[in-house]
Amino acid sequence: MAANTSETMTINMGPQHPSTHGVLQLILELDGEIVQKATPHIGFLHRGIEKLSEHRTYHQIIPLTDRLDYLAPMSNNLGYVLAVEKLLGITDEIPERVQRIRVIMTELTRLKSHLVWLACHALDIGAMTVFLYCFRERESITDIYEKVSGARMTSNYFRVGGLAEDFPAGLEGEIRTFAESIPAHVEEYEGLLTGNRIWQKRTIGVGKISAEAAIDIGITGPALRASGVDWDLRRDNPYSGYEDYSFEVPVRTGCDTFDRYKVRLDEMRQSALIVLQALDKLKPGPILADCPKVVLPDKEDVYNNIEGLIHHFKIVTEGFKPEIGEIYQGIEAPKGELGFYLVSDGTNHPFRMKIRPPSFVNLQGLPQMVEGKLLADVIAVIGTLDIVLGEIDR
Amino acid sequence: MSDQAIVEKMKTKFSSEILSVVEFRGETTVTVKKERIVDICTFMRDDLGYNLLCDLCGVDYMGKSPRFMVVYNLYNITKKQRIRVKAPVEEQNANIDTVCTVWGTANWHERECWDMMGIKFNNHPDLRRILMSADWEGHPLRKDYPVQGPDREPYQGRLS
Repeated sequence: MAANTSETMTINMGPQHPSTHGVLQLILELDGEIVQKATPHIGFLHRGIEKLSEHRTYHQIIPLTDRLDYLAPMSNNLGYVLAVEKLLGITDEIPERVQRIRVIMTELTRLKSHLVWLACHALDIGAMTVFLYCFRERESITDIYEKVSGARMTSNYFRVGGLAEDFPAGLEGEIRTFAESIPAHVEEYEGLLTGNRIWQKRTIGVGKISAEAAIDIGITGPALRASGVDWDLRRDNPYSGYEDYSFEVPVRTGCDTFDRYKVRLDEMRQSALIVLQALDKLKPGPILADCPKVVLPDKEDVYNNIEGLIHHFKIVTEGFKPEIGEIYQGIEAPKGELGFYLVSDGTNHPFRMKIRPPSFVNLQGLPQMVEGKLLADVIAVIGTLDIVLGEIDR
Repeated sequence: MSDQAIVEKMKTKFSSEILSVVEFRGETTVTVKKERIVDICTFMRDDLGYNLLCDLCGVDYMGKSPRFMVVYNLYNITKKQRIRVKAPVEEQNANIDTVCTVWGTANWHERECWDMMGIKFNNHPDLRRILMSADWEGHPLRKDYPVQGPDREPYQGRLS
């Protein structure tokens, strides 16, 4: 065989490959070690959540949303309940305590999601220790999840107009201790990676994408902020009382895997700060909005009050009927903009629910980030995009 | 610029294309004819600053005419504003021009819309199924597609 040949080789990566973070299949056309063309194939985890939701009442859909981005279930819960609240027009009725608890839990969720991202991203590149450290901290968050909602992963905790339950006694102190420990832990991860020459070689200048190209392909979240676009929905289109907290939006301009890593680590520090601020502002109060036609009544009322019983029965058996209309609600999920587009035809279930999953759109940027680069960079880029196939395939 | 001002600008430029403007819960939805959708989207991006196509999807209003609606949820990253543009698509002639040339992100969204709703996107560079397998028959998110899947007993779920 000649030393130089124009022949390319097509190899298959996934869907059962440990570094594709789920059932992602990539068809890679290689010239030596250089990737000429990358074609992602998705849909292996398609469960038809959008179709199912057209046949469920609004409350019955909340557990389905847990299974979108299963590493950040409460963010999905939040996006969905905010969308339904907007559709119902009860956004201003949500009690303060509910908003605070939602912020605390979604910021812990952001930490949880970023910890799994860092663990797996580092493991893919060959840094085993970080994985163990990150999962140690993640364990504390799953413990908090369990105390709050009874489940470690599929939380199903938020309700339209409120929460399933209040915080159990003593949990606030535990969350505070955990949030206070985060900056030191992030320093620890940085100590393992940031100055590490192997880490730098594998990440600096890898998977570059300019701000214009990133916006064109629809990339959102930390990946876009590492390309120099200063945009965070929590600050720019605040929801759930985010305007009450002071926090920074980390932005970097390197456009590469290393800067995306730095942005996410800075976000973890900011999330811990937001959790502490929210705990400071957390005051006792109701955990359900006072909208008896749509919000499940307090258990006390259900047992002791005939109206409460009737409302409970009606909402559980029939659900509620928002008026005809359509809304779009986007939130800053750990991976980018998570959007819910809901169309109501005036019945007790959505006429159409379209989910805008951040991973689906971010993955679309993969081919242009890896084509012309080394095969080993594909692994780094899959990690840095922080994709979860549960929400890509829905 | 308020949503009203945006809509006025659209009306000035495309007076004969705009079918309706609806405001609901503080969100503006502009329904336009599908024929000049690429021109309208280019105008939205270049002159009105909607540089991000957040989401594109189809909605099936079975029994109504036109049956489908293609929905574009747009976002202006500079001004942090949203707007929604919709274009009706007939059942008999279920196609609309692609906006891939306006926003690259439309590529996969349009593939998904074709896969799930069966709406064709003219001039799309790569119109294949994306979530379902290549040999799948039918378009699952259409209202006449059974939720339990083809060839199965009807779903006797909690809502029936």
